[in-house]
Amino acid sequence: MAMMRVIFKRELLSYFSTPLAYVFIVIFLMLSGVFTFYLGNFYERDQADLMPFFNFHPWLYLFLVPAISMRLWSEERKSGSIELLMTLPITKLDAVLGKFLAAWVFLGIALGLTFPMWITVNYLGDPDNGVIVTSYCGSWLMAGAFLAIGSCMSALCKSQVIAFILGVVICFMFILSGFPMVLNMFRGWAPMAAVDLIASLSFLTHFASVSKGVLGLRDILYFVSFICVWLAATTIIINLKQAD
Amino acid sequence: MVKFGMIEVKNISKDFDGLRAVDDITFTVTAGEILGFLGPNGAGKSTTMKMITGFLVSDTGSITVCGHDLATDVLAAQKLIGYLPEGAPCYEDMTPRKFLNFIAEVRGFHNQEKRQRVDAVVKEMALQSVENQHIETLSKGFKRRVGLAQAILHDPEVLILDEPTDGLDPNQKHHVREMIRGLSKDKIVIISTHILEEVTAVCTRVMIIDEGRIVTDCTPQELEAESKYHHAVTVELDVSPALEAKFLAIPGVDSVVTDDPGKRITIFPRDGQSIIKSVSDLIHAEDLSIGGLHVERGRLDEVFRSITTRGL
Repeated sequence: MAMMRVIFKRELLSYFSTPLAYVFIVIFLMLSGVFTFYLGNFYERDQADLMPFFNFHPWLYLFLVPAISMRLWSEERKSGSIELLMTLPITKLDAVLGKFLAAWVFLGIALGLTFPMWITVNYLGDPDNGVIVTSYCGSWLMAGAFLAIGSCMSALCKSQVIAFILGVVICFMFILSGFPMVLNMFRGWAPMAAVDLIASLSFLTHFASVSKGVLGLRDILYFVSFICVWLAATTIIINLKQAD
Repeated sequence: MVKFGMIEVKNISKDFDGLRAVDDITFTVTAGEILGFLGPNGAGKSTTMKMITGFLVSDTGSITVCGHDLATDVLAAQKLIGYLPEGAPCYEDMTPRKFLNFIAEVRGFHNQEKRQRVDAVVKEMALQSVENQHIETLSKGFKRRVGLAQAILHDPEVLILDEPTDGLDPNQKHHVREMIRGLSKDKIVIISTHILEEVTAVCTRVMIIDEGRIVTDCTPQELEAESKYHHAVTVELDVSPALEAKFLAIPGVDSVVTDDPGKRITIFPRDGQSIIKSVSDLIHAEDLSIGGLHVERGRLDEVFRSITTRGL
């Protein structure tokens, strides 16, 4: 665990030692603003809440989170520093967790910097701040789930571009699986239990309740176990092909 | 039986996509030895090193580092090893100071001790002038020295350096060799190189690896003795065919070669015996005026070529 902290610290600092962090944060803030005010009709709704802000988060994460996660392992492979990292006395799990947590905290910082949105809505009206806090937590958990998928894809590929594309595609599948359109395709022939299973795997199904301010134990469990499964897969992949 | 201060490599092999990179290598290195891996490119030197450091897992056989079997206890072995991978990769977006701080923390040093260790290696590798620049902006020689600094930071029992002097200028090469030689006598050092003079300069033992196999395992002196130049005498003077015949007639002389158009003659002994006495006697007797005379120690490049191209 001590080693995980060392890796975590190095990784988090490395985001801010390159323009990556700043570019990412600026784009993240701009896009979330655009989505909220133009597509989400923040003003026209005439309601003091952040629903339009949070509703677009799955789509925002779909492209931005794989952009962060693609470098986690691919870059190490490309530059050869993986040989250094894997010959230091560090367990694979410590390395996987340290890298993941650093990226997750970084996304948390970017998310936290949307606080002017919160101030605006409090200035304009009288929102339920409990709902907003819950939604922030839920959104961060969902970002972690996207990130865990991306981490696994990055471990799999030497090329960052391929890691990015695979990450986007798989994340997209997990968003889509909650759509009525997709579920209807299965309803015709698949048993009800299977349809429910597919729906329950979707980010949207779980995030829908979260963005309304209900972060149930089921949703927390879903996201946490989702992260664990994908990080376990990452660790196995790193173990199997650390030198490739 | 626990063996400290020893690396035991037993029957290791490694295939890459059906190509055999390392083929059933077995050897033991004990503390105090500085072992040099020599060999053509792609001979399996780096692959062997990657297996000893636990980066690659061998397909067969076993490796034990100071009593720790890599198959069961790789972390304990890695704690004892300082490793400079081929090409000295590191985190290029960091500065040498931050990078070495990171390595020090991984090696379990904190606060005061961390600062001391990092200061010491920065000084040892002469990195003071660049310690706060991003590594990606540094020259090849500096990058290599950052890599060396991270390998020696925790004063490891086992030091494995893949081409440690590649990209360094002659002064830096000299410095790195001094550093390797100066390591205390209870350490194990393995270096790989294709610079032959480096072997005689630092190593106490040489292993020539070719096509994944160990083809020679001896001391640098023994390797020199294999050369046909070993104990040969080179004389600088005006050579005439009559003179060549006289040198050739000396007892124990195998052959003579004249080069540098008639200005220099090299006299090869039979079976590496010493012929300097007879040669100088002849020079005195003939009252020849010479520009120089020296005894060859043996030419490693010639031995290297003859060993590694036997199959060609």
